This record gives sequence, structure tokens and C-alpha cells, in this order.
Amino acid sequence: MKRIPWRALTMVGALLVIWIVFSVMTSGTFLVPRNLSLLARQMAVTGILAIGMVLVIVAGQIDLSVGAQAGLLGGISAIVFVNHGWPLAAAFALALVLGAVLGSAQGWLVAHLGIPPFIVTLGGMLLFQGILLGVTGGVSISPAPSYLYVGQAYVLPRLGWVFAGVVAAGFLFQSFRASGGARWRWLGLAVLVVGFTAAMNAYEGIPVPVLLLVVLATAFSVLGHHTPFGRHLYAIGGNREAAFYSGINIQRHIVGVFTLMGVMSGAAGIVLTARVGSATSDAGRTMELDAIAAAVIGGTSLLGGQGTVWGALLGALVMASLDNGMSLLNTESYWQPIIKGTILVAAVAVDMAGRRRA
Amino acid sequence: MALLELRSITKDFPGVRALDGVSFDLERREVHALCGENGAGKSTLIKILCGYYPSGTYGGEILLEGKPVHFRSLKEAEEHGIALIAQELALVPELSVAENLMLGREPVKGGLIQWDVVASEARRALDLVGLAVDPNRPVKELGIGQQQMVEIAKALAKSAAILVLDEPTAALTEADAQRLLAFLAELRGRGVSSIYISHRLEEVFQIADRITVLRDGRSIATHPAKEATLDRVISEMVGREVKNLYPRPDTTPGKPMLAVSGWSVEDPLNPGRFVLKDVAFDVHAGEILGIAGLMGAGRTALLSSIFGAARSPVRGTLQIEGGPPRGPLRSPAEAIASGLALVSEDRKRYGLVLEADVAENLTLATLRQFVKGLFLDHQARRRESRAQFQALRIKAPGLASLVNQLSGGNQQKVVLGKWLMARPRVLFLDEPTRGIDVGAKAEIYNLVAELARQGLAVVLVSSDLPELLGMSHRVLVLSQGRQTALLEGSAATPETVMAAATMKA
Repeated sequence: MKRIPWRALTMVGALLVIWIVFSVMTSGTFLVPRNLSLLARQMAVTGILAIGMVLVIVAGQIDLSVGAQAGLLGGISAIVFVNHGWPLAAAFALALVLGAVLGSAQGWLVAHLGIPPFIVTLGGMLLFQGILLGVTGGVSISPAPSYLYVGQAYVLPRLGWVFAGVVAAGFLFQSFRASGGARWRWLGLAVLVVGFTAAMNAYEGIPVPVLLLVVLATAFSVLGHHTPFGRHLYAIGGNREAAFYSGINIQRHIVGVFTLMGVMSGAAGIVLTARVGSATSDAGRTMELDAIAAAVIGGTSLLGGQGTVWGALLGALVMASLDNGMSLLNTESYWQPIIKGTILVAAVAVDMAGRRRA
Repeated sequence: MALLELRSITKDFPGVRALDGVSFDLERREVHALCGENGAGKSTLIKILCGYYPSGTYGGEILLEGKPVHFRSLKEAEEHGIALIAQELALVPELSVAENLMLGREPVKGGLIQWDVVASEARRALDLVGLAVDPNRPVKELGIGQQQMVEIAKALAKSAAILVLDEPTAALTEADAQRLLAFLAELRGRGVSSIYISHRLEEVFQIADRITVLRDGRSIATHPAKEATLDRVISEMVGREVKNLYPRPDTTPGKPMLAVSGWSVEDPLNPGRFVLKDVAFDVHAGEILGIAGLMGAGRTALLSSIFGAARSPVRGTLQIEGGPPRGPLRSPAEAIASGLALVSEDRKRYGLVLEADVAENLTLATLRQFVKGLFLDHQARRRESRAQFQALRIKAPGLASLVNQLSGGNQQKVVLGKWLMARPRVLFLDEPTRGIDVGAKAEIYNLVAELARQGLAVVLVSSDLPELLGMSHRVLVLSQGRQTALLEGSAATPETVMAAATMKA
């Protein structure tokens, strides 16, 4: 008695519609390899934030500070790298560790003092924005090319095929072992991997930030579905009392999920600085909203307990596609938020309608 | 030597002594019931036993097989074989049965959950309770009775030797409750002891070996169940004699206030199928009409659809106060305007704004009566609220007390008061005494009887059969959405009602 995953189907359907519309309106420019590569890179930062955000929301929490946090951490790592001559690895590590510290501090305030996460992270957002402005002094900092590698480089096409080959072979093997619908799902994934690699290699290769995004998403998906920590987050968001009575330490899990979110903000900050080529004093603004929107479009319930990392990635792709397509069409920039907002509400409306019917 | 012994347990909360030297013991292979009104200290006592209140926050001692134990958390108590089946089911609806069973103790290898072990352990746990459900199904798809069994399976899988059940049958139908009681008896045979808390005293007498009564934080008496009587336990619980629990009013039915015919309600989940089909009844002024049926028979759907709150298409004819026949009401607002009122089965979810005060809740349905010019006339609102507050004898510090600080019985009185302020002529009561202690139940019965005497027509849905039979003049029985009997007066007995309720429609 398998239920049809309405949400996933609508999302994929909506994405296809968006792509077809843009392809037609741009006479095919939207689908050329160069633009698809750009599209993939455009979704990298939002995607990294969104996959962290999924777990936060699944646990029944919210983090409004991730955009400001990403800007701040990307800025600090650029400053220590450029102005203080830190080695690259140390500059990256600093952003991740600092992210963990900021995230766990916010998590602690939520879990142990009982301050609503909305308030804690709204305060955090303002705080981080202010600190970023202070440390940069309003000046952009441009790191050397070695830093920019994570945001702008490509995996050599031949190496990309090796990666893709290994992953696709793994999927084919699973498809061989599975039966029924699962068999087709694995096969589809193998085709997707090959198709994606072919498209990226038709330009310069798989962009490094996109590879990073895929690796992180895989890691978070495994974390969410195959570790006690991840399952407990779903339990806490689904029924906090039940989780408590099952002996789950709720406070520790909340601190944990905010800490992870902080680390992801650090990673997103590095990629952001590297992609743009410089750290600016207003970097990351409103990215938290894109991340939340991506998670929600991707099927995450703000009530907690429901949502997947891959869904959020799909949501991020929808958002990036809208940005990208409208830029190609030279649409006035004010249209972008209008369309994105409409799609966000429409996605949830369709889902609610589907749920009533199901 | 007793399996478990609690010696002179004392627990203080700021300003209140919740438990005052309570002693309690449990033998091997025993079901020991704990009875008392809300606020008597039952919940506090079991929370101490189960480690919810850690060792050191209370006085007295707990001996397990003669040895003192000091639990600092629920987990520690569980490790000693004491498992709590809490009043609110502790299951995560979105997760699968298997995941719920293993929640908090997932088998892990290399940081990842071993799903094959989860599956086999889950099957083993379900076998313990003899529940045949697919462990991969989300818990939300199971019925309440099945969920209850999953909960017990979860405790047994953790090799619990002592089950502490807090109101386990509160949400169950009569049939599911009977199944649960039979299973507890079977467990007793297997060497699992239970502490059983329930407001349903009939069940207590059916299952318990011994009964301990708590009142105002003290243990009043412990009886072998065979030697105790219902009246005696009730009088010990309330500290006074309760003569007639069910004061059915001696009224002669007046004119018909509501007549329903050909009433059908589509199943919101399966269009084309019906949760109710061709139901017809009427209720007269001064009459209490009982509606009996098992869970899923359509009792709640009947009330809510007449009240205009159905989520799916409704067909049928209504006649209100002998007026012209008309179609179904389209909204609760329309129903209220027509003189109907509905006290829903889940007062916390549908009846009250828990974070608001008593006065606000009392005037929730009637706020427009208190508009003077453009604004609310707060004085009139307070005056009317106070009158209702006093008439219902709501026990609360005042009108400004928050409703979530009131006991279940007083919350229910607030819900009743809210509707009485709308001056309804037909009152629907859906499980009005669920989870309410005996003293407050008696007050609510008296109130309902008084309302009927004043000429209100009352429709009462209840899973508590003695209550339904004791209060109703006539009983309509539903089975699987069909009307299978309409029993008058002495024709309504537990046997006739249950026969009609289990009749294949």
C-alpha cells in the first residue's frame, strides 16, 4: 500500500514547468550548458543553508540568523586570510569553528533559558550584521585566488566522470538488488547523476561549490535518516512530549542542531565570499529567508517533524531557477521577490490541497 | 516482601503540600489501582516513582525488592524495570511503529542506525502484545486502541516488570478498553505487575487486586478489591457520601426542539462513502437524549455535522423548534444563531483558549452581545461572566485566572458556561465528563439535569455507559454510521445498548 508522494511530484512538476517556460521565453538560452552551470553555482550558498535549515525546522525550531552569520563568518575568514596572513586551512577552519560556537550559543539560549528561537536568532541576526559592519569597516576584502577556488573552480571533467561513474555504479548496483518501485528509483538516480555530470562537463566541469553542496546534502540526509540524532530531531519536532518520555535529551539535541546550523553557516559564508570574490559588509543579508523558503517549498513543515534534505535542495533549485531565468529575460529586478513570494505561498497551498484530498 | 514499596512519600510545591506521608506497595503479579479525585496526588506520586521528579526533591523512600532506589530520571526508573504509560500517548505520529518502539534506544553501528535490527526488534515487541500491524506504517494511521498497545509494547520491550498506567482507557472505546483490561490480566499471569490509575471505577473493580484511595495528598485506605464496594470507594474519594450519581431529571418532554431526518454525512477521507447514513431522531424540550456507539460509530460526526462543523458534504433535513424543514446548517455561527450549542469532546483543542482567562473564555461565543456603540462594554461582560462563574460554582481564584491552571472539571464548567451564556435551546454534549474526577462529574450531571428541567433539550454522547444510561431518557444507538436502535426508558440496559452498538449495520 504505497502512497503517492504528491509533494515530491508537484515539486518536480513545478520545476519542469518553470524550466520549460524559461526555455521557450529565452529561445533555449536557459538550457545551454553555460547557463545550467551558472544556475548550479547560484544555488550553492542557499542550498548549503537550506539543508541545515531543514533539520532546524524539523526539530520545531527556526534560525533567522543564518544569513547574517554566513556573511560574518565569510568576512572574518577573509580578514584573517588577507590581513593577518593565516594559512588557508586555518582561515576556513576558523569560520567553521566560530560557526559552531555561535550556533551552540544560540541553541543554548533556546534550550536552557527557554527563549523562543525566533527571538534568539532575530537578535543574533542583528548582532551579526552589526559585528560584520564593524570588522569590515564597510570595506570589501578580496582574498587571493587560492581562497576563491572553493567558489569559482571546476572539477576536471575527467575527474568528474570518475566521481559520477563510481556513484552511478553504486546506484545501479542498488537498483539491481532492489525490487519493485525502488528499482526504478535507483535507476532514475543513476541516470540523473550521469545526466548532471554530462551537462556540467559540457561547460567547464562540475563546479567545486556544487560538488561541496552535493556532498554536504548527502551527509545531512544520512544524518537525518540513519542516525539516532537525526531521528530524534524528527521525534522532537513531531511530538516533543513523546520524545521526552522516550528518554531523549531534548536540550542537547536542540543545542546540537543549532551548532550544526552554525557550521553550515560557516561553510556557506566561505563559499559566498569565494563565489563573489570578496567579503562585503552586507554579505548574506536575507539569505535566511531564501533558505527557509527553499526548505518550505521542498516540503518541510514549519510545525516540525516533517521535511527532507533532498526536498530542500529541490526547493533551492526552484528559487535559483526563478532568479536565473528572470535575469536572462532582463526582467526588472523588483519582479523577482514578487514571483518568489507567490511561488512560496502557492507551493504550500498546493500541498495543503493535496493533503486534504489524500 | 513486596516487589515495590513507597514509604511515607512527601512532596511540596511552592505553597502546597501535594503529598503528605503517602505509603503504597505493590506485590508481584498484582494490579494495584490508585483512585482519587483530580488533585488528590495520584499523578505526583507516580511521577516520583517514575523518576520524573528526581530523587532528592521529595521526602520518604522507595524500595524495590527491599533495596532503596534513587531515580534521577525517567530513564533510570526504566532501567530498573518501571515503565510509565502516560495519559497523553507518548508516540510521534509521523514516525513509523518500528521507530516509535525503538525511539531513544536505536541500535547503532558505525554511527548509523541498523534498520534490520530495528525491524526485527519491533516485530518482537509487537508479538509481546499480540498486535498485528505493519511496523513500517506511521503511527498516525493506527487507531487509538492500537496506539495504546504500541505504547505498552514499547514498555514491555524495555523489559518492564512494573507498568504504571495513567488513565489508559480515557480515550478508548468500551471494546478497546475491555481488550486492554484483558491484556493486563494476561500480563499479570506472565509476572508483570501494574499500577492502574483510572476515573472509570467500574474498570478498577474489574481489573484490580487491591485499591488504594488518595485524597488531598494522603492515603485514605487500601482495600482488597473483593472486599470494597463502589459506593465506599467513591465516598472515600470525595470525603462525603455521594447518594445519586446520576440525577436524571423527572421531566415530561415538551415540544420538539430539534428534529433530524435522512441525515447522511460523507466520509471526508473516502468520498462516496458515508460516516453516517439515514439517521433520524428528535429531541424535545426538557429531554436528555443519549447517543451510544463504539468508537467510529459516527457519534461525534453526528453532533458536529448538525452543528454545521462538518468537513464533508452533509445531506438531510432539520427542523428547529417545530419550524419549517430546512437543509443542513452551513456553519457553527449559523447553528449558534439557531439556538444550538456544542460542548466538544476535546475541550483543550476545541473548547478553550488555554492561555486566556476565565472571563474571556466565558464570553468567547457571545462577545457581540457586549458591544456598546463601537466598543466592548467590559463592565457588562465582567458582570455577566461573574454571574455565570458563580452559578456554575467554578473553583478558581477569580475571573482573571488563566484557564490552563484550572482542573479538568472546572475547565469543563467554563466550556459549559460559555455556551449557557449564548442561551441555547438545544445543547449537544460530546463526552462531557472525560478525564474529570467523580466530584466534578456529579456537579456536571446536576447542572445538566437542572438545565433540562428549565426546558433545554440535551443530546448527550458518552462512552461511559453507566453515565449514558443513568442520565438519558431515551438512547439512540449508532453502529458503523447507521442507526440500529432507539431505546426508551427501561428498554435501555447495558445489554440492549451493547447489542445494538455491535450490530452489523
